[in-house]
Amino acid sequence: MKKAPVNKIIQFSNVDGPGNRTAIFFQGCTFNCMFCHNPETINMCRSCGICVKSCPAGALSTGADGKVSWDSVKCVQCDTCIKLCPHDASPRVTWMSVEEVMQQIKRCAPYIDGITCSGGECTLQAGFMTELFAEATKLGKTCLIDSNGSFDFERDPEVLKNSLGVMLDVKAADRAWSETLISDPGDMVRKNLVFLKGIGKLFEVRTIIFPGRDAENEFTVRYVAEKIGDSCPYKIIRYRPFGVRERYQKLLGEDETDIEYAERYAQLARNLGASKAYVV
Amino acid sequence: MSDALNIIQDPTLTYKQELLALARLGESTDDSLRYSDEYYEAKRKGALCDLNEGVMPYRPRYICPDYELLFSKGCEFLQLDPPRDLLEAVNALEIFYCHVPSITSFPVYLGDLDRLLEPFVIREDRAYAKKVLGLFLRNIDRVQTDSFVHADIGPEDSITGRLLLELTEEMQLAVPNITLRYDPEKTSDDFALACVKCMLKTAKPSFANHRMFVKEWGERYAIASCYNGLSIGGGGFTLPRLRLYECALEAKSPDDFIERELPRHIDLQLEYMDKRVRFIVEQSNFFKTNFLVTEGFVKQENFTGMFGVVGLAECCNFLLGIEDKKKGFGMNKEATELGIRIMEAIDKRVSEHEAPYCDAYVHRYRLHAQVGIDSDGMDDSPGTRIPIGVEPTMLEQLEVNEKFHPFFPTGTGDIFKFEETYIKTPEAILPIIKGSLSKGLRYFSGYLENNDVVRVTGYLVKKSEIEKLRAKKQSLNNVTVFGMGAQDGGHALDRRIQHHEESSC
Repeated sequence: MKKAPVNKIIQFSNVDGPGNRTAIFFQGCTFNCMFCHNPETINMCRSCGICVKSCPAGALSTGADGKVSWDSVKCVQCDTCIKLCPHDASPRVTWMSVEEVMQQIKRCAPYIDGITCSGGECTLQAGFMTELFAEATKLGKTCLIDSNGSFDFERDPEVLKNSLGVMLDVKAADRAWSETLISDPGDMVRKNLVFLKGIGKLFEVRTIIFPGRDAENEFTVRYVAEKIGDSCPYKIIRYRPFGVRERYQKLLGEDETDIEYAERYAQLARNLGASKAYVV
Repeated sequence: MSDALNIIQDPTLTYKQELLALARLGESTDDSLRYSDEYYEAKRKGALCDLNEGVMPYRPRYICPDYELLFSKGCEFLQLDPPRDLLEAVNALEIFYCHVPSITSFPVYLGDLDRLLEPFVIREDRAYAKKVLGLFLRNIDRVQTDSFVHADIGPEDSITGRLLLELTEEMQLAVPNITLRYDPEKTSDDFALACVKCMLKTAKPSFANHRMFVKEWGERYAIASCYNGLSIGGGGFTLPRLRLYECALEAKSPDDFIERELPRHIDLQLEYMDKRVRFIVEQSNFFKTNFLVTEGFVKQENFTGMFGVVGLAECCNFLLGIEDKKKGFGMNKEATELGIRIMEAIDKRVSEHEAPYCDAYVHRYRLHAQVGIDSDGMDDSPGTRIPIGVEPTMLEQLEVNEKFHPFFPTGTGDIFKFEETYIKTPEAILPIIKGSLSKGLRYFSGYLENNDVVRVTGYLVKKSEIEKLRAKKQSLNNVTVFGMGAQDGGHALDRRIQHHEESSC
């Protein structure tokens, strides 16, 4: 049976797509973004055991097989383990089957419009998601993919079949800046932007605006706005240092992007034809 | 110092509040209505509570006049002809409201305002109609100065309904309380969404399960006071309540409670209700001489007694020896199932009791999940609610509510507090409301965490008005003082906030 590493499931979310949605967050990511607010979702646990002895609730243990396991009942969600983890991973991950995830979704079903898969990077679980979406669609629920764009949707479009589309992060349009910011030149992201728009599966695009990075911000916003036009919403997101790893906070700054500064880029995008650009 | 002197020297009381307090004091000097010694003993122990209804009922607790009759025939006693236009209509209502008694001496039901006023509103231009309705709402807020004053709208969309929502948002008033009667087939998503937006900004309207109420009461039902289901042209004689936690204190086990202590207390409350209902109908003047009765605005047979309960959560936790309420009723299957057994036992015994009068309900009283009063503190949570501060995720809270709401035709409800991002995503709340009502929730209330107008337990207060009382200043609204008490004693404004980072995994 196919299983996927689930970091958490949020029963009711108002910030992961339209309406009320159940959001499934998978563990593991293909990028390492400086500004990541959930760096504990980036890598898989290596069972180094550092977190085990520090858990104040005794919810973590190392089994006979040497693997770290997590007791969700004992856990008090104090986040000590993820703060300590040197590998940007989390011991609080549950390997779940499609049936197990569907059980949770069925419970939420009367109250939600649909589901959203996020992460980490959910497309690492593309096969699992394809099955999950088929099941959720049977319940009359819409399915959305929240992706960093590292997955080759053109080569493997199956996962899009039962999905309204992709909420795509375009973090940097310039290769060098992208390499710095997300540890990847971002070629696939830009390819996906064009491909998904072409097949009508680009649900929304998001770009984070960093304080003082005038050239980088403008280059990315111009690039996206010219590519998407008015085909989908374009969310301009303000950088917020809260939750960002300390070493990267030093690089990106300890101030959040102020709203007027972000508005400038939303206006720029709208001027370039991305009429549905706005600051969130 | 006498009680009367205390009242007239209290700097926080307005003149009208003094007058009402003195009337209550005067009423308490009579002892012609007597109950059994066992009743008084249970009351002394706090197991039974009469909600300070007063020892000599001289009117039913809640009265829901038939305002359509006022509009079709006028009112002889008040010398009102049937209104011919919007001004005459709101003027007739404003006058009439001042003559509708209740436990608070303010009208607890103002009518289905959209249905009543729509024929007049559609004949006027929108701006004029809005002006008149705005003055109407201002009159209600300043004259009917009590948050248990309640108006209903829906289930259908209407110009009047929209105008009332717009004005409610613009005026930010605590009075009146408002309910949308929600029916998935009659209420459009667009209108329901307008109601959600208004609710986020003003803590009203709440959403009532129209189909559920219609099944129990027929089409002509009112939502009055906090969230009380009653008949239009009728009302509620009286509302005492079992304080279930205190009822359980002498029980040796859950079974002992259900077999012995619970029935004993139920019977004492029924005795109290029977005597009181008889007194109101047979001894007091109301049903003999009041114009509401003589002119047919209410009919005695459309009244029923409301059998109230509070503190089910604490009762179940106590009986099961659960000390950490985070692991108790609402979060703990065994405790929640015991709660259902207890409610089934109450429902059965009350429905087997032949009540005096209550003709329209085959001589039966109807259950009510009482919303709590300020003096309850943390001992008894409202009705069957999960205690404040330990609420599970919203989904889990709704699932528990859905099991209990069907027991209470005369009202129950729960309140959800949303964090600020929801103001931008009202469409994320509507499916929650629709889903829960379809699954058996009776009544849904919500508000946004940082609003001035907030819902305390069932009624609305302004936080800024509570601050006035704290500064020993007067608050025009009679209910502000309850809000302050519930905030201090019951932490009623500290309920769990619906955030977006909820996890089930």
